[in-house]
Amino acid sequence: MIDEPVLHDTDTLEVNLGPQHPSTHGVFRMNVKLEGETIVSLKPIMGYLHRNHEQIAENMSYLGSMPYTDRLDYFNSMSNNFGYALAVEKLANIEVPERAQYIRVIMAELTRLVNHVSVIGFLLNDLGAFFTPILYAFREREKILDIFEEIAGSRMMCNYLRFGGLKLDLPPSVLDRIKKIVQGFPKFLDEFEGLLTKNEILCMRCQNVGILPYDLAVSASITGPMARASGVNYDIRKIDGYSIYNRLKFRVPLGKVGDVYDRYMIRILEMRQSVWILEQVLKEIPEGPIINPKMAAFAKAPRNFKPPKGEAYGRVEAPKGELGFYLVSDGTPQPWRYHVRAPSFINLTVLEDLCIGHKVADAIIILGSIDIVLGEVDH
Amino acid sequence: MSPADAKSKLEAKFPGIQIQIINNALLMKPEDLIRVVQFLKDSPEFKMNYLSNITAVDYVEYLESVYHLYSIENPPHSTAGPIVLKVRVPRDNPKIPSLVPVFRGAEFQEREAYDMMGIVYEGHPDLRRIFMWEGFEGFPLRKDYTPEDADVLEWEDVEWLEKHGVKVPEEYKQFARQLKDAGKEARAQKPTEKEI
Repeated sequence: MIDEPVLHDTDTLEVNLGPQHPSTHGVFRMNVKLEGETIVSLKPIMGYLHRNHEQIAENMSYLGSMPYTDRLDYFNSMSNNFGYALAVEKLANIEVPERAQYIRVIMAELTRLVNHVSVIGFLLNDLGAFFTPILYAFREREKILDIFEEIAGSRMMCNYLRFGGLKLDLPPSVLDRIKKIVQGFPKFLDEFEGLLTKNEILCMRCQNVGILPYDLAVSASITGPMARASGVNYDIRKIDGYSIYNRLKFRVPLGKVGDVYDRYMIRILEMRQSVWILEQVLKEIPEGPIINPKMAAFAKAPRNFKPPKGEAYGRVEAPKGELGFYLVSDGTPQPWRYHVRAPSFINLTVLEDLCIGHKVADAIIILGSIDIVLGEVDH
Repeated sequence: MSPADAKSKLEAKFPGIQIQIINNALLMKPEDLIRVVQFLKDSPEFKMNYLSNITAVDYVEYLESVYHLYSIENPPHSTAGPIVLKVRVPRDNPKIPSLVPVFRGAEFQEREAYDMMGIVYEGHPDLRRIFMWEGFEGFPLRKDYTPEDADVLEWEDVEWLEKHGVKVPEEYKQFARQLKDAGKEARAQKPTEKEI
């Protein structure tokens, strides 16, 4: 709250952006105070989609909340499943067979492609390029969602992972189709970049807007592409090397300025790295079982699954940042405590710092570049 | 760095500090928290400058606040984390110093823990509910919390409906009156083990 007396003759104007507005990407409200067109204060207000995800999960079996994790960040259900499965596997010390690890990484990286193309499409929407760029983006996204539908039965709410492995093996022709998508993806990215990267309007609107300095990014626990755009070299795939990421080759692209344009560019570069990862994984994927035989029975009778007493924090590099699950087990079939560390919720901490001094129109694209999904923010 | 190493180093730095190791986490007193975190953040040996996760757990006898610290400056060395810190407070007076002066990233997470568990983070610049609405009573993630039963009409609901011209069946009215006379609110039954 800014309560100091204003020195000019003009009044500050208080505006509510949202909660029902397309530019807020869901039901999210920004309480903005304006001095003319310039933002002097901004308070994010959330909770419109709150459904106490954590309490729901604490009242059911461990496997029972796997489909609920799909609904956190509904663009990236596969990586949400991945994070949750990793936390439970850490809690109960479960090994995962090799083939399942490879398929998990394929799915996580495909999800990253889905997320990043859509974010760039929505960012362009916020910039005023209505629905042309997003149609190109969704054309590619649709191909990947078709794959998800074939393997898991649902386009967006996949519920594909199980503790110790996967629900089903890949149907025979799917690997070839994924290969085809991966081969064609760099060409699409070149086309996309040809339209956008040096576009004068995009450069003028995005460069030097919403700069996030390195120190603030670190102290405010910002993660994911947003932190890397500010030069923070932190990618959990590299640091933890979970699953088979420690065996794969990829680079972590870093930004220099930390503005909206860098956040756009980092996402393009990360997609190119994801394509590289997918090429390696698709070449080396082995045959074998897809679920740990000890855990296969529990996938059918989830209430028999009782992890030992203890606690675990499992985290993955989700497309939006560090997605963590903190679980406390009391030895019963239900978790005693289930906590989600939601990346887009915590990335919103700096929204006010980024917006102060900019115009209202810039606040919209800054929010777009943070990349939030309200299902995850409000969990 | 193992928790035992971290413990011995912290004890050497702050003589007289009480630290216990529980499940690979360092349990300390609320009043020691800020100086320990500040030391972990600044000392060149730890450089735990990234506060990943804050959450709270209700253990019925007490409430616990959990902090996961990692290092961004010196990965991928073994000191990169996590170092897990825990603080326990009594249920009736849960007060913990806020970490916002040290880490901006604590701001929303502490508000979330306050909203859901009712832990008061002293020194937080803007400690309000974040997900639930203003004026909401109770803390939903505490183990003794039971939600309101949305399927049962209470007397106020009956009055409101009749004022707006809705006819309420006699049996609903009677039940609402019984609840009112007993001074009870309609609370949802927790599902039993078999129903889940």
